[in-house]
Amino acid sequence: MTKWTKKDLLGLEYLSAEEIELILDTAASFKEVSTRDIKKVPALRGKTAANLFYEPSTRTRVSFEIAEKRLSCDVVNMDMKASSVLKGETLADTGRNLEALKIDIFIMRHNMAGAPNVLARFVGGSVINAGDGKHEHPTQGLLDIYTLREKFGSLKGLNVSIIGDIAHSRVARSNLWGLTKLGANVTLCAPEIILPSDFKEFAPHVKITSDIDAALKDAHAINVLRMQFERDAAGAFPSPSEYYKEYGITKERLKKCRKDIVVMHPGPINRGIEISSDVADGPNSVIIEQVTNGIAVRMAVLYLVTLRSK
Amino acid sequence: MEKLIKNDTELNRTLDRIAHEIIERHTSLDNVALVGIRTRGVYIARRLRERIKKFTGVETLYGELDITLYRDDLSQVSEAPLLKATDIPFDITGKILILTDDVLYTGRTIRSALAALADFGRPSRIELAVIVDRGHRELPVKADYVGKNLPTARTENVKVRLTESDGEDSIKLVTKDD
Repeated sequence: MTKWTKKDLLGLEYLSAEEIELILDTAASFKEVSTRDIKKVPALRGKTAANLFYEPSTRTRVSFEIAEKRLSCDVVNMDMKASSVLKGETLADTGRNLEALKIDIFIMRHNMAGAPNVLARFVGGSVINAGDGKHEHPTQGLLDIYTLREKFGSLKGLNVSIIGDIAHSRVARSNLWGLTKLGANVTLCAPEIILPSDFKEFAPHVKITSDIDAALKDAHAINVLRMQFERDAAGAFPSPSEYYKEYGITKERLKKCRKDIVVMHPGPINRGIEISSDVADGPNSVIIEQVTNGIAVRMAVLYLVTLRSK
Repeated sequence: MEKLIKNDTELNRTLDRIAHEIIERHTSLDNVALVGIRTRGVYIARRLRERIKKFTGVETLYGELDITLYRDDLSQVSEAPLLKATDIPFDITGKILILTDDVLYTGRTIRSALAALADFGRPSRIELAVIVDRGHRELPVKADYVGKNLPTARTENVKVRLTESDGEDSIKLVTKDD
């Protein structure tokens, strides 16, 4: 039986298929807790988690905070934009100072890829990556995979297409690592001009295409990503309405897909750009279930890293 | 060294007797629910439920409880224990719950189970049924239904084996060889 030994969760790249399965199995048990009248268990009583958000985030931060509280963990939220970072403190010094406050778990969101890896080297407590630059967003990847496993039972042989601004997406990277490790066939689909070439390392398990019809055909599930027009994608593609016409997931496009196709989106969704309202709210969509599953997955990760084998 | 305390037939007679005791003690079974503590307590609860149905025709409510998250030694364990889901598909408030487990020893599992149940509601009463009471209590816990009182040394180990998990029905006392 797999044991959890890792201090940190920095990315799905660093996990084995067995470790990913252990997180998913543990999450399945935690899901029940949120259905209770009293949604709290004493598992992490007396532990303290610090949510360090160097980049704005509402949904991920709130999801982590709820997961921490449902495990009876004490929580401190730190808006790093308004703190000592502005006064020039280094990441290592921030880490050491927080450790002097006896923090057990650090949840970190940072605009720089690898920042959580750096922090993890300087602190004895566990570091959980809540999204770092374009690198990884492991708990989002895990909750996407958890949702798929709940729907299909297993990831083996499942055709999953990730559609949208993959080049800028840490969600895509975490999904790719996790999905390929668990035996899914992944197709990446984006407009030619922003099609990521640096995903070749995943071949032969990964197909890369700019043909949306090819990506949808035979797909058991699609993960629709937001076009990050506020980033450099703006220059790469003429306009949101153009993107919607060429790549938007609409009811018409879904008609050509498998009847039971599962539609995911990590949020926040831009209706009328990457997805239409009738699809986002339609019977194939699991977008709201993903949010619910996020709590269970984050509870599982907090539980495993904090009580890891020593 | 292994000593057989009860064989298949004897263990099943014990379960018959406990089921009869439960029926005898409750004038109505409508409000009675069996809650098994994972892992073996669940199989015991299922078997008692079958027997109660056979003897009286009443189908009692039934649930499964994982106490891991309520253990008092969770912050000292050497690794995160494997979780299994708790499944109590009814409101426990006002019910008479009968907790079931295989071996009653220190009483700490039962304390954890009581803490867990308190988060689900307020039963009118909680009773405890175990297959073996081996003594050495560390908390003031007492069983209402006992299959076998078995005085043991702390160095000994009591194994309740059930077909569902272990391929056979038996109770064994295991003594470490010197």
